[in-house]
Amino acid sequence: MEHIIKNGIVYDPLNEVNGEQMDICIKDGKIVDSVSEDANVTDASGQIIMPGGVDPHTHIAGAKVNVGRMIRPEDSKKDAESLAGIKRAGSGFSVPSTFMTGYRYAKMGYTTAMEAAMPPLLARHTHEEFVDTPIIDHAAYPLFGNNWFVMDYLKEGDLDKCAAYVSWLLKSTKGYTIKIVNPAGTEAWAWGGNVHGINDPAPYFDVTGADIIKGLAEVNEMLGLPHPIHLHCNDLGHPGNYETTLASFDIPKGIKVNPKHGSREAVLYATHVQFHSYGGTNWRDFVSEAPKIADYVNKNDHIVIDVGQVTLDETTTMTADGPMEYDLHTLNGLKWANCDVELETGSGVVPFLYSPRAPVPSAQWGVGLELFLLVNDPGKICLTTDSPNAGPFTRYPRVMAWLMSNRYRTDMIENKIHKWAQRKTSIATLDREYSLYEIAQISRSTPAKVLGLSDTKGHLGVGADADISIFNFNPETQDPSADYMAVEEALSNASYVFKDGEIVVKDGAVVNIGIHGRTYWVNSLYDAELEKQVEAEVEKVFKQYYSVNFANYPVQDEYLPRSNPVNGVME
Amino acid sequence: MELVKNVVCPFCGTLCDDIICKVEDNEIVGTKNACRIGHSKFVHAEGAERYRKPLMRKSGELVEVSMDEAIDKAATILAESKRPLMYGWSCTECDAQAVGVELAEEARAVIDNTASVCHGPSVLALQDVGYPICTFGEVKNRADVVVYWGCNPMHAHPRHLSRNVFGRGFFRDRGRPDRTLIVVDPRKSDSSKLADIHLQLDFNKDYELLDAMRAVLLGHEILYDEVAGIPREKIYEVVDALKNAQFGILFFGMGITHSRGKHRNIDTAIMLVEDLNDSAKFTLIPMRGHYNVTGFNQVCTWESGYPYCVDFSTGTPRYNPGETGSNDLLQNKETDGMMVIASDPGAHFPQKALERMAEIPVIAIEPHRTPTTEMADVVIPPAIVGMETDGTAYRMEGVPIRMRKVVDSGLLPDREILKRILKKVKEIKAASK
Ligand SMILES: [Zn+2]
Repeated sequence: MEHIIKNGIVYDPLNEVNGEQMDICIKDGKIVDSVSEDANVTDASGQIIMPGGVDPHTHIAGAKVNVGRMIRPEDSKKDAESLAGIKRAGSGFSVPSTFMTGYRYAKMGYTTAMEAAMPPLLARHTHEEFVDTPIIDHAAYPLFGNNWFVMDYLKEGDLDKCAAYVSWLLKSTKGYTIKIVNPAGTEAWAWGGNVHGINDPAPYFDVTGADIIKGLAEVNEMLGLPHPIHLHCNDLGHPGNYETTLASFDIPKGIKVNPKHGSREAVLYATHVQFHSYGGTNWRDFVSEAPKIADYVNKNDHIVIDVGQVTLDETTTMTADGPMEYDLHTLNGLKWANCDVELETGSGVVPFLYSPRAPVPSAQWGVGLELFLLVNDPGKICLTTDSPNAGPFTRYPRVMAWLMSNRYRTDMIENKIHKWAQRKTSIATLDREYSLYEIAQISRSTPAKVLGLSDTKGHLGVGADADISIFNFNPETQDPSADYMAVEEALSNASYVFKDGEIVVKDGAVVNIGIHGRTYWVNSLYDAELEKQVEAEVEKVFKQYYSVNFANYPVQDEYLPRSNPVNGVME
Repeated sequence: MELVKNVVCPFCGTLCDDIICKVEDNEIVGTKNACRIGHSKFVHAEGAERYRKPLMRKSGELVEVSMDEAIDKAATILAESKRPLMYGWSCTECDAQAVGVELAEEARAVIDNTASVCHGPSVLALQDVGYPICTFGEVKNRADVVVYWGCNPMHAHPRHLSRNVFGRGFFRDRGRPDRTLIVVDPRKSDSSKLADIHLQLDFNKDYELLDAMRAVLLGHEILYDEVAGIPREKIYEVVDALKNAQFGILFFGMGITHSRGKHRNIDTAIMLVEDLNDSAKFTLIPMRGHYNVTGFNQVCTWESGYPYCVDFSTGTPRYNPGETGSNDLLQNKETDGMMVIASDPGAHFPQKALERMAEIPVIAIEPHRTPTTEMADVVIPPAIVGMETDGTAYRMEGVPIRMRKVVDSGLLPDREILKRILKKVKEIKAASK
């Protein structure tokens, strides 16, 4: 099957194409140099063309996501869709059902989205939901930051065994990266506690957040993983936490980057940094310290961050940071779900209303935008809302419009939101506006590169997967800064989306499901003999302390309809 | 004789996955590690007649028919009913349940599972106030206070106590002696006999006792000598044990979900657990009955947004337990065609619902002769999940485990039967457009 997309205005940062009119050729799901006369023609005159969007951090599939759906019928009731032609029915505003998740990403031109927290014991659940999530490519990040084996090996100082264990667990769960959430803190939560900062040890295991970040960052490079460690810092959401954040950022500095696949430069990916950029000592004297965080990112090359932009919606928070969710529940009094997972991790879910009329959410809105506008290089920052934590992913077009239009932001600050946005942050003083090229960076090329997938994702060069988004907004005649509502509308409803070379969206509607999305996972073999030895140790522990049998633990191949291993070290 | 290891038991929500099946000539002749109920399920000791061919009722008698004829008939009933109901789902695997939800959408049906008549009140309560849970291993490794409220695991979940309470855990290396076991049950039972404290409360007084315990926990005094038949001092003693737990767990069962107050009892129980986290670490787990009742609620939620009682009559999922539950539809004589799969409402539903079932066409996808198949117009026997076919099931607290195929029955799995019905329903709907 051949396609040619003609006359579009292309933004392809990885190939340094900035708003040039050019044709894109597609054959057999890939972007190619040229196609024959018989190719289907799509006319994109006067429209924006970008690679398919890549979401490096979202919560769309798995146990806590589904608990978020289950405990909140009110979230489903306000946003339900009917069965229609090829489309399945579904519901959910902040946590859409699986089919709606696939459709809604595709509608915005997003073709890849990564589930950012997978408890290893419940990995099968995440993969089952992926099976029911149409169109988008995906991967899941297993949680390592409070894992008993990891903490034990790090305590013993045995990085080799730790690496062998991590390698085995990534394969067993079909996971993609080393996710670390509130290291040592979630283990403390198993006893109802938490840790404060990076130097507070987990009870009994006696290793600190700093030890865990350091150890796993080294293991990450020993295994040659495509993505760096993916860190959710300690002290999320607490006024004054920026010091913990900066100290955490510094830990992996100096470790040599060593990906076996892809071309990332960072050894640390820090997520939803908006929630970690707070000064002050309580919510009264709270101030934004986003400028200090942005300054750190500007001065250091070992780090890439995503923001976790607050969108000022009613949403559902969900994270493996169990103690944080309990605190949130005691703060807002709304219903609280929790799931502690044996030997591995925990999680919590609490609804949250980020009211634009309330002081704290308005200030958080400002903090996120400060990070976007104060980090100079869009190659170091990714667009996320930590969906659905700071707001649902369906608001990405709005966030993009805020970034491209100072007028839009000013209207928000002056007329729509609480004065704390200007009082507690510097947002009202920032007049930088993102270009479409920079938008393509934070939503396409930067996440693809830091994920280690930029050979086939996040660009439109020859050999890339033909994942392409086209938006009906003409940068030659329209100005996103002035016409911000039009750009938000265009980015919300792509005029065309190609996935693996097939048209899946036309005029903002899903018209074709295409082939199933790929499940990326990391295949590595650190040291075959050592991995065997570690596996035997793990099996012994399983017999005594797990509640499932060792043989029933690994995720079977049946759960990956389109398995796509990415190699780390292979001895 | 061949030994098949790590088999998952298709009986209760404890979903034991350490069963060894002894297989001879493609037949399970014995088991190791299974409880007596699991064992009898594996070796077909239940005595129920097994169906191996599709059946249809003709002139009042169930007679053998071809698979195609049975599928056609089932699809026709679903497609032609104005208000079809698809009920059951708790004894099959998740892929079948997923096809079921798609079939419900296509047939504009109401889809509902056995939660409707067991832990439905728990679902309503968790939607009111939340759901703080943990996995079994956390209980084994950490719990020093274990409460069973309104359940008798020794009978309904025979290995539950041995795995979670008697078992030795990492921080509880002596097992049972390291834990305080509290059973709350108006009856003396085989489980209450094992307890350190048995709160033998009055029938239907769960709410009163829970409320009194919350009040004490929040610092109030009890003004009566006893509440729900439990002396004041005993209540103080128990609340003291709960709030001093290092890691506490509340397991609760049908005795509290179906006593007076229903989901209000569970609301209060969940809030008690939430309050306890001020001073202790405390979690809960509902004692789900059928081995994959939890799986249906998971699948139905991720596909539709709602866990059960989902009405697709307008094409858009709607959820209103009390209106869209199976018993509501049957007892109000709303439903005019019913599919039953992987459960036996014929044996468990109230008389008024059964009267309606007798009036309307009923499809049963069911391996055995049951009270439901006795009322059915079409019977399609599937391979039994966990013995004759594989697939995912979710343990009561949400841990997904892959059920294994141990022997070959030559019968179609539920998912395949449902796919064929779905295809046929689509054809009928397309033809009528
Ligand atoms: Zn997240």
